Amino acid sequence: MLALETVVVTLVFLFLLFCLRLYVVLKSGAKYKPGSKGSVSVLVAVGSGRGHTTEILRLLGSLSSAYSPRYYVLAQTDRMSEDKIHAFESSREQGDSEFSVFRIPRSREVHQSWSSSVLSTVNALCYSVPLVFRLKPDLILCNGPGTCVPLCLVGLLLGVLGLKQVVLVYVESLCRVQSLSLTGRILYPLTHYFFVQWAALRDKYPKAIFLGRIV
Amino acid sequence: MKTVFVTVGTTSFDELIEAIISPAAVEVLKDRGYERLVLQVGRGTVFPTSKTCSHITLETFRYKDSIAEDIKNAHLIISHAGAGSCLEALSAGKPLLVVVNDKLMNNHQLELAKQLHSDSHLLYCTCSTLTATLRTMNLSILQPFLLGQPQNFANFLDKALGVK
Repeated sequence: MLALETVVVTLVFLFLLFCLRLYVVLKSGAKYKPGSKGSVSVLVAVGSGRGHTTEILRLLGSLSSAYSPRYYVLAQTDRMSEDKIHAFESSREQGDSEFSVFRIPRSREVHQSWSSSVLSTVNALCYSVPLVFRLKPDLILCNGPGTCVPLCLVGLLLGVLGLKQVVLVYVESLCRVQSLSLTGRILYPLTHYFFVQWAALRDKYPKAIFLGRIV
Repeated sequence: MKTVFVTVGTTSFDELIEAIISPAAVEVLKDRGYERLVLQVGRGTVFPTSKTCSHITLETFRYKDSIAEDIKNAHLIISHAGAGSCLEALSAGKPLLVVVNDKLMNNHQLELAKQLHSDSHLLYCTCSTLTATLRTMNLSILQPFLLGQPQNFANFLDKALGVK
């Protein structure tokens, strides 16, 4: 019985410590300035919808060459984004094309049931951990597809374990005028910079950053 | 030739295709000076040919890698409420009439079409009001749609992350 009590107390203690660390990571990430070391490596979560991919490449197109290298992470089932990424990278200035493409299992299909979504997200998480732990990006940039969630969670985990500070940036899709996507609702409390593109959402989500339409 | 381009994206929207090739709708289009109708029907089961609709020059296809040319050559675009189609038409500066599919009322994609309508960037109707809308529409009230400014995002992020 003593052993069981010890285990329970240890688990509760670890859980509270985890929550405290998570709180610290979220607060400090908002002040962390990776740009001061020169370059900012970016992990980009790429969705398999034409809209998501178009929007994220528009955002990346505006970023300077300081945001390098760029690590694109796609769902395994995505067939179309890789061509767009290569086309985008070759359109950048000479010498500013340090990038790689990685694939992880899809977290969730549209309209997938809740229970199987949890399973597939956990599966995606298992692949995300070694990938993000190896890349240790300064910044994770995402805009909505299911690939975002496991990647952002692992980004936070890197911070919680004290291995690397990762800034999480989320840009909600232009299509979301009145309501956030499911990914948006999950990541709203867990990201450092959360952008919305319409005033109605800024009013509903006070922590969101509103700069008007940015894609 | 003044051309109308109808697009349904990757969806199936038979009601729209049937409504636009109906004799009443075709007559209204011709009265307004349109001489050519191009239909992109996606997954739809209705595939009109010049046999089924002989009163106007007609071209029908399911998909193309890019509909940029069709949009460029059109004088009026009639589209389902999909965000991609709307934004493509608006970015090309073309007058846009969005037809809402009553069967997909809870689709969040309607949010964008509704907002763009309320900002006077596009006109809005349903299949049953299509002909009436075509007859009375005033395209001159449409406001030009300006593209988003990703530079504002970059400036913000540079400052936030301390990038020089």
